[in-house]
Amino acid sequence: MISPIRKRPPFSLKSQPGFGTIAGLCFVMLYAPIITLVVYSFNAGKYISMWEGFSLQWYVAAWGNEAVQDATIRSLYLAAQASVYSTILATMAALGTTRTPPFRGLTAIYAMINQPLMVPEIVTAVALLILFAMIKSLTGIQGMVYLVIAHTAFCIPFAYLPIRARLEGMDLILETAAADLYATPWKTFWRITLPLLWPGIIAGAMLAFVISLDDVVITEFVKSSGQETLPTYMLGQLRRVITPEINAISTLLLGLSMLVVCVLFFIERKFGK
Amino acid sequence: MKMNVVFVTVAVIGLCFAGVVHSSELNLYNWGNYTSPDLIKKFEAQYDVNVTITDYDSNTTALAKVKAGGHGFDIVVPSANYVKVFIEEGLALEVRPDQMENFKHVAPQWRNPSFDPGRRYSVPWLWGTVGVAVDTDVYKGDINTASIVFDPPEELAGKINMAPEMGDVLGMALKYVGSEPCTTDKVALKKARDLLMAAKPKWVSMDYGLTEKMPRGDFSAALYWNGAVYRAGLAKPSIKFGYPREGYEIWMDNALVLKDAKNVETAKLFLNFIMDPENAALISTFARYANGISGSEAFMPDEMKTASAINIPDEFKDAGMFFPACSKEATEYYTAIWTELTK
Amino acid sequence: MKNDKLASGPVGDMQRKRTRRNWLLSAPALVVLAAAASGPLLIVLVYSVLSAGEYGGVVWKFSTDAWFNVVFFRDIFDGTTTLADAHMKILWRSVRLSFMTTLITLTIGFPTAYVIATRPRETRSFWLFLITVPFWTNLLIRTFAILEVIRNEGLINIGLQMLGVIDKPIQMLYTDFAIMVGMTYVYLPLMVLPLYASMERLDFNLVEAAYDLYATRRKVLRRVIIPLVKPGIIAGSILVFIPSLGAFVTPRVLGGGKKMMLGNLIELQFGAGRNWPLGAALSVTLLALVMAALLIYVRSTQSHSGSVR
Repeated sequence: MISPIRKRPPFSLKSQPGFGTIAGLCFVMLYAPIITLVVYSFNAGKYISMWEGFSLQWYVAAWGNEAVQDATIRSLYLAAQASVYSTILATMAALGTTRTPPFRGLTAIYAMINQPLMVPEIVTAVALLILFAMIKSLTGIQGMVYLVIAHTAFCIPFAYLPIRARLEGMDLILETAAADLYATPWKTFWRITLPLLWPGIIAGAMLAFVISLDDVVITEFVKSSGQETLPTYMLGQLRRVITPEINAISTLLLGLSMLVVCVLFFIERKFGK
Repeated sequence: MKMNVVFVTVAVIGLCFAGVVHSSELNLYNWGNYTSPDLIKKFEAQYDVNVTITDYDSNTTALAKVKAGGHGFDIVVPSANYVKVFIEEGLALEVRPDQMENFKHVAPQWRNPSFDPGRRYSVPWLWGTVGVAVDTDVYKGDINTASIVFDPPEELAGKINMAPEMGDVLGMALKYVGSEPCTTDKVALKKARDLLMAAKPKWVSMDYGLTEKMPRGDFSAALYWNGAVYRAGLAKPSIKFGYPREGYEIWMDNALVLKDAKNVETAKLFLNFIMDPENAALISTFARYANGISGSEAFMPDEMKTASAINIPDEFKDAGMFFPACSKEATEYYTAIWTELTK
Repeated sequence: MKNDKLASGPVGDMQRKRTRRNWLLSAPALVVLAAAASGPLLIVLVYSVLSAGEYGGVVWKFSTDAWFNVVFFRDIFDGTTTLADAHMKILWRSVRLSFMTTLITLTIGFPTAYVIATRPRETRSFWLFLITVPFWTNLLIRTFAILEVIRNEGLINIGLQMLGVIDKPIQMLYTDFAIMVGMTYVYLPLMVLPLYASMERLDFNLVEAAYDLYATRRKVLRRVIIPLVKPGIIAGSILVFIPSLGAFVTPRVLGGGKKMMLGNLIELQFGAGRNWPLGAALSVTLLALVMAALLIYVRSTQSHSGSVR
């Protein structure tokens, strides 16, 4: 930066001018709206955005509102399942499509994996509605399984891209060395590839989780009776009044995620190197 | 972790299966934030039934899902024009509400509506109007005209919100130019389009959320639903609801049983249940719209009984009308104009 | 690797084995995608050449009306046929706003990912997680949170007024600017996470070597770091650009619904417009555009980095 630096700081390989400032701004930008949301969840007023004093009434209301609780828990279940399944599938696919000489169908696989990204949600939603409705009426099976499949599918590219990006830069030297030392392919994978790949997998899984938690349109069309998620619950309210109950629930979700961050941080401190 | 996921999967799938087998069940498919929890609790207690509520956000979504099948819903609550569509498409079950015990409570003007002659399928849920909302602190003139939004006075230019509903906005515009909603008369359509195109620069938004935005001053006038305007007026008393004398829309949402419903008997109980004045009042009190049941006013909050936004004053009664579901041709014209308007 | 193409004998065998392994690894993902993404797409393709039903849905009668209407506009009043100016305008706005959004998220996301990736190893996941925390709330909530910040009585306007910078609120809500801010906010982690994944394994020996050769910081960034993390940049850009193109909640809530984007146009056809075939045809058009862009990208990376792989 062009700040008046008196004493030259020790030369750092990694620093880049201005990056720290932008990153700081980025975090401010990310959190300013969220803090507003948290503040308004303690609003005594009746509507989502008119401040009328401190109160816990919306937490009480959310506590008493089974619909909103059900929807939240269902959203979390769905996101957990979809992110685990899609990350596993995406990791396998990434291993099969990177660090390999071009083979027949590589482009096709690539296009297919990214396909959910390219089709507007509403289109997939309508098409899935038709397809799943047929299966539902034929088999009589309702269940969350349709939502899980739909979510897993559109989470795959989101999980795939970071994993692929990570893999592309990993050369094969270590794995080749392991193979030369008579490690089985399975062992090589567990001991070498997976640990190296881990950051990509984490990034991918997080993305998938967040994307699933976010989805409105596809869920709205695929859901059967009683399968409300938090986003579809909100969508239903959009036309009328969105109550600060939603703010309260969101604040609790944020709290939960913060808790996860802390636990993760603690674990890394304690057991990481 | 993985075990947990497996467990959760099994548990969730199991739960959903359990729902199909059990018989004392009712699956209600309704607009979001539209079903009074007190009403449901009362019904559940009275008949020992477990009610599941699922939301939708538009008539078209509800229709598409029901038409596709395999949804698991018993009761749906479409708007009047869509009630007709549900009946014509053979999706509604003829449960004869007109022969039910509580039918006697249905107000006379709702007993034989054009969308369901003789009430052989549907029961009133709530009804209301689409009119103009004006913050009378900002504009002091006459508010009972659609010119507020279509040919705005100076004070309101750039401070107008339109409900983002193609059918309502175009229908009102057609009424304003002296034609009828869903017309295929090109001269009238052209007039309506020119009107809207000329008015658009004076609108700030086409958005939902009036109840919360208008008291905050995001805009000062709007074309919107009466119940929401009434709520906004509770937050800021200068916000008033006007009935355009050029013609305004009356809408009514009606509960009906679906043909592929699994719990028909319970659903019929429910239809009868909501025609009871005391129960209908619960619906109104929650959503702040009028219902079609006479005698229910007695059970409503006092301020609702006299509010002019909810009870149409006599002088404007004749200007109101139901907007039909448009034909395919009319919808095509509507969409073309709407696309041009919002391009 | 070059002589793979001249495969013969044992080399060809090995290559076949590899190919089989690659296909097997990809197969599970492909099966799920076929069921829940490609299958539906076929339905959409078919729908685009059918006639619209009276109340939504389709009638099984072949028709090219939908495709005609994507490109041409038959004036309903004088019957003349012109290029569909409204559709082109909406398409252009969508591409423009999505491109800007991608650019902004990259400008903000690149330094952020870089800073995170250069933190001590044990704190990185913490920072990364901090990026995703706001996204535990859902899209609608986040969009409403943005609305709260940029509206006339929002955080920014009130803040600026209190500082005396402005005396009348700036109208930010319901503008293209608002849509851009909203989409940037909503899609930022989609940029940061892939960028991080590729920066995290950046080899700083290369950076050091560059400095030893008297490169400036700017030059190191441009000549060393950016080329090395290019896969991450591309992955992030795809993840932001494409969903932006089809976005429809953000334009509706923050843009005030006065100006449509492609997502809204398509939604209109499937919803109130009750013209599913046109909606399907518009979707296929969008898909074809994205596909073309992606193919160009695949071709270009293959020729660039073929030797690395």
